[in-house]
Amino acid sequence: MRKVYLDANATTITHPEVIREMLPFFDRIYGNASSVHRFGREARKHLERARVKVAALVHADSPEEIVFTSEGTESDNFAIKGVAAAEKDKGKHIITSSVEHHAVLNTCKYLEKKGFEVTYLDVDGYGVVDLDQLRDAIREDTILISIMAANNETGTIMPIEEIGAVAAGKGVVFHTDAVQLAGKIPFDVNNAGAQLVSLSGHKINGPKGVGALYIRKGTKIEKCQHGGHHEMNYRAGTENVPAIVGFGKASEIALERGVGNYDKVRLLRDKLYDRIKAEISHVRLNGHPEKRLPNTLNVSFEYLEGESVILSLDLEGIAVSTGSACTSGNLEPSHVLKSMGVEPLFAQGSVRFSLDVFNTEQDIEYVMGKLPPIIERLRKMSPVYPVD
Amino acid sequence: MEEYSEKVMEHFMHPRNVGEIREPSGRGKVGNPICGDIMELFIKVNDKEIITDAKFKTFGCGAAIASSSILTEMIKGKSVEEVKKLSNDAVLKALGGLPKIKIHCSLLAEEALKKALEDYYNKRT
Repeated sequence: MRKVYLDANATTITHPEVIREMLPFFDRIYGNASSVHRFGREARKHLERARVKVAALVHADSPEEIVFTSEGTESDNFAIKGVAAAEKDKGKHIITSSVEHHAVLNTCKYLEKKGFEVTYLDVDGYGVVDLDQLRDAIREDTILISIMAANNETGTIMPIEEIGAVAAGKGVVFHTDAVQLAGKIPFDVNNAGAQLVSLSGHKINGPKGVGALYIRKGTKIEKCQHGGHHEMNYRAGTENVPAIVGFGKASEIALERGVGNYDKVRLLRDKLYDRIKAEISHVRLNGHPEKRLPNTLNVSFEYLEGESVILSLDLEGIAVSTGSACTSGNLEPSHVLKSMGVEPLFAQGSVRFSLDVFNTEQDIEYVMGKLPPIIERLRKMSPVYPVD
Repeated sequence: MEEYSEKVMEHFMHPRNVGEIREPSGRGKVGNPICGDIMELFIKVNDKEIITDAKFKTFGCGAAIASSSILTEMIKGKSVEEVKKLSNDAVLKALGGLPKIKIHCSLLAEEALKKALEDYYNKRT
């Protein structure tokens, strides 16, 4: 059976060059990067080279502004809790959006229990925050604005540069979760005006278990993980050198392939959507028609439920995901689609196709050979489908 | 996610008794799109109180579709009296179990049956 992986926003295949780059760090260059001897010094050298590469990907002024973490989730936790701890005497108000990743939302909810106040900005029908609402939300005691660069479910891109400018105008620290965006389209920490940026390795064909937090020089932040003096004293714990080296390589590849390769992904993605629109009725796009990650397509198939589509596609070797309640674990449809005002019936029928640089025309052909009959079969079973 | 049993996948891919019954003896529609599933069950009952036919339509996940499908198999040919006591546990058992977060789907099948029987009794009196 052919296998077609269209769930790149969940995770990506590790690039073969990344794997090759990582391998020596398991059995040859296995030293602890903090050690004084040659094993350690050698590991340190490669660790710092990887830092340079990740810094280059986001156009940081200095590699020392990149702190390696275990995942994007840790980066988000570190950014938000770290600023909250450092700035708590200045204020206890945080602004975020209602469509953030749970790594941000649940960290904010945790801080609410600890006495912080959080404003969750609304989004419009495309999933974009309103800048006026942001301006109005900023108070004397606002210490942090945390708004994602691009949404993982819909791919909608936030007006990051404008948000950064608003934050700078008010002297508020700006954190952005760029896990889904950096490496897919150009991203520059200075243009974004961000003090803190979360990054992740495995979303850009790097390995799992490694992320980074960009910390602009001079940003007040407290460490969350205590121990030794690793990572410029920002984050204790022996560095995961193999994964960090892999993340560095993945960043280098992403930067080199630049926009060009993702234009190819965009063409494939648009072709998939055009064919879905042409061959399947009652389809609606979730997310911004233009200001959207080039690899992400989130559509709602009316009158059916997303998990049943995923299961059916899975049996054909095709991997996608859904915002349906049935897969959320808490039996509620996607908070992102809900915030965008998508009606429950449409949210239940949402399916996310997220592509990668490794997908081909043949993948799209294969998917479109399977998808229309699956949708038809499930709709015929549905009590809400108006037929007969 | 936990895996579905073979039985669940088999019923999901080849559901039995999909459709509607014209002028059913009883009809039960349960669920709502917010929680994710809508199940509609139709039954035909003869004058000996035997369920001679059962059909369903379901908007929902694999577990919901499989639960409805197996339910129709379990009640066809049985008397109304017999199936009155049918619980979601029996549906679960017949399916070879469901992932924990999907147990409510079997409950929905039980509720659809109860509602269809209620409708049957109401129509009869």
